Amino acid sequence: MITDEIRHLARAYDVVISGGGPAGMAAAIGARSQGAEKILLIDREREAGGILWQCIHHGFGLHHFGEELTGPEYAQRYLEEVLENDIDVLTDTYVCDISPERQLKLMSGRHGIAVVDAKAVVLAMGARERTRGAIRIPGERPSGVLTAGLAQKFVNMMGYLPGRRVVILGSGDIGLIMARRLTLEGVEVKGVFEIMPHANGLNRNIVQCLHDYDIPLHLSTTVVDIHGRQRVEKVTVAPVDGALKPDLSRAWDIDCDTVLLSIGLIPENELSRKIDLRLDPVTSGPVVNSTMETSMNGVFACGNVVHIHDLVDFVSEESVLAGRNAGAYITGRRPPKDNIRLLPGDNVAYCVPHTLSSEREHIVYMRVRKPIEKCSVRFGEVLEKKLRYVFPAEMVNIKVKPQFLENFHGDALRVDVVQR
Amino acid sequence: MSEHHVSHYLCIGCPLGCRLEVEDDGTDIVEVRGWDCKRGERYGREEHTDPRRVVATTVKVRGALWARIPVKTSGSVPKAMVREIAKAVRNVEVEAPVRLGAAVLTDVLGTGVDIVATRDVERV
Repeated sequence: MITDEIRHLARAYDVVISGGGPAGMAAAIGARSQGAEKILLIDREREAGGILWQCIHHGFGLHHFGEELTGPEYAQRYLEEVLENDIDVLTDTYVCDISPERQLKLMSGRHGIAVVDAKAVVLAMGARERTRGAIRIPGERPSGVLTAGLAQKFVNMMGYLPGRRVVILGSGDIGLIMARRLTLEGVEVKGVFEIMPHANGLNRNIVQCLHDYDIPLHLSTTVVDIHGRQRVEKVTVAPVDGALKPDLSRAWDIDCDTVLLSIGLIPENELSRKIDLRLDPVTSGPVVNSTMETSMNGVFACGNVVHIHDLVDFVSEESVLAGRNAGAYITGRRPPKDNIRLLPGDNVAYCVPHTLSSEREHIVYMRVRKPIEKCSVRFGEVLEKKLRYVFPAEMVNIKVKPQFLENFHGDALRVDVVQR
Repeated sequence: MSEHHVSHYLCIGCPLGCRLEVEDDGTDIVEVRGWDCKRGERYGREEHTDPRRVVATTVKVRGALWARIPVKTSGSVPKAMVREIAKAVRNVEVEAPVRLGAAVLTDVLGTGVDIVATRDVERV
């Protein structure tokens, strides 16, 4: 743990950031760069840095730092920068509520119940994993069914193995990473089962986590039953048809003592809901404008709390922007209002930000619904960008320069990803 | 004339995951195709002739907030040795504090590569 605990909690701050993971740390640095003086970064864990500490594998930072780092190295670099910038880091603390006047109610291990005023707030609470209840796997309720990220924390930080014979349901990146990790710890990984006809994780992880260790990936196959009274004893898996309906006549059993779930992340928006932010039903994160400001004045949001990213580098990029805008907000410098709404069209699940200004440059992040090779991203008639391929597992990001928007006079721009 | 053969690899150099084709004439690589950056070309050559990986794992640490500290190989190691190296590292135990970059094991299994900590841990 890097020594970061503040001794004195001030009554008022320029910018308060809820969540000290990669999004919050980048937002803090962004806010500082725009002249915010008193900045408070709050995290509920005993140290800031977030999920990166348990992501011990490498592959982080290529975009942002230009070199390949492990998760902990990425976290430490950022945290050192935060501390060098004299940002107050308050750990072991929850943000319980935010009033419309941006007064935050905190619950802190060291400071008890506390209230601080903020001129601007950045929400950077990240995401949590979907659990068994989210996909209603039938069967008994034995111990040994847990999410891949929890298993990652057990193995990499606490030093526990979750089991000896493991089945992984879902081909999300955390599941793939854990397939390799557990194999290296001497655990037998029986296979990864994915209900969709395509893998959910990055291709590179299929290669270096599954192929390298001869771990089978079963596409269009899912777990239809979990057996065991006390502990998981076996699972039944079955192939699914085009409508994702399992064909039980072709089901088979696999002996195992553990089921890891890697079935997606949900932005953690309890606080956003409590303060009535407008949320996007597709991302389940706040609707944000091109400055990453939410529907509440002076409240910004960034990172996985807005939409699920597959690379931390893009979290950092988006969050520095949110932090800069929060810093600019407190000085009264408001950028021109957004005048264009983005409408997700063919094969586009969502776009972030939700609106653009025709006077500035933007990066638009989007996720597609199905894979296509040789395709184009079209912003109405004004911009077309060719891509070699798109996958639901890989976020698409497109730079939109103002010159493309200056001749556009509508108020809504449809975004499509189509075959060329 | 010997027969040309094309092998397919997926670059793991970055998350783009370029689909590479490596063409050889039986002895030497003739061409590497499908890469977006030089890193991809290099990866294609290396994966075809001498596949290597960086290994990340953990070791026990006493006197710290958590029971484990993350470590990695200071350079890449032959892919065929990855499991063996992970196993050798399992027996290592260190005492907090530890600094990022500190070697917890040197010259693992004679590879010339060290096992180094990937974060600071303080004594608590």
